Amino acid sequence: MAEVKAETGAPVLRPRPLSPHLQVWRWHITMATSILHRVTGCGLYVGGLILVGWAVALASGPDAYATYVGLLGSLLGKLVLFGLTLCVFYHMANGVRHLVWDMGKGFLPKTADFSAVVVMAFAVVATIVVWAIALLTGSA
Amino acid sequence: MAGPQQGYRTPLSRARGLGASHHGVGHFIGQRASAVALLFLLLWGVWSALKLAPLGYEGAVAWLHAPLHMAPLALLIAVGFYHARLGVQVVIEDYVHQPLLKTGGLLLNTFVCYGAAALGVLSVLKVAFSVTGVA
Repeated sequence: MAEVKAETGAPVLRPRPLSPHLQVWRWHITMATSILHRVTGCGLYVGGLILVGWAVALASGPDAYATYVGLLGSLLGKLVLFGLTLCVFYHMANGVRHLVWDMGKGFLPKTADFSAVVVMAFAVVATIVVWAIALLTGSA
Repeated sequence: MAGPQQGYRTPLSRARGLGASHHGVGHFIGQRASAVALLFLLLWGVWSALKLAPLGYEGAVAWLHAPLHMAPLALLIAVGFYHARLGVQVVIEDYVHQPLLKTGGLLLNTFVCYGAAALGVLSVLKVAFSVTGVA
């Protein structure tokens, strides 16, 4: 409190110390899973709106439904749906990981690293399985 | 913040009543409870999407007439947007600090989530309770 601004008489405040931020952190897998949880969650926000759009189209009649399903079935639509499938399975698996943490288990660095790999692998495998089923049964 | 004792108040005392102020636990529990529900609803949703994709309009309407289809779909939309609202609320609170933008963002998030949930659930019910072929 030694320094005082001449005009106002208010003490000159030093900028508060900041905790280490993204730029100075070495990337590690638990950090990636945490960020991906947010990213996929925001993706599913859009996915929810697409689902509501489907329900509205169905309630609006055959023409609207055909147009909407046509959009979803286009190359871009399928790309979006594939990304949303990844989001669903990633967010779901990592959500279970969070629920386990809420019970106070799985915090050891080795355990957390391992569960991170499991979650990522599950999301990729489950997405491929679902789309394989879709292609084999003629759903996609 | 006015008053002669301003300089003597502890940081904790000044923070009390701001922020989550006693409803943080409700947010925490609501987020987790809906997460558990969505675990089942989403697995069912992916499974149903695979079944619905080749059905076409008539097939989708007929599918939605079954109570065991309309109820989980309405729940998926409602619980999903409840969960999404809580999640995006935290994202906004973490990254947006300018008061007007933050309040506006939180308000918009609430409007979008409740609006989309209402639109989705009412559309599901309209189709579900329609006389087949007239929807």
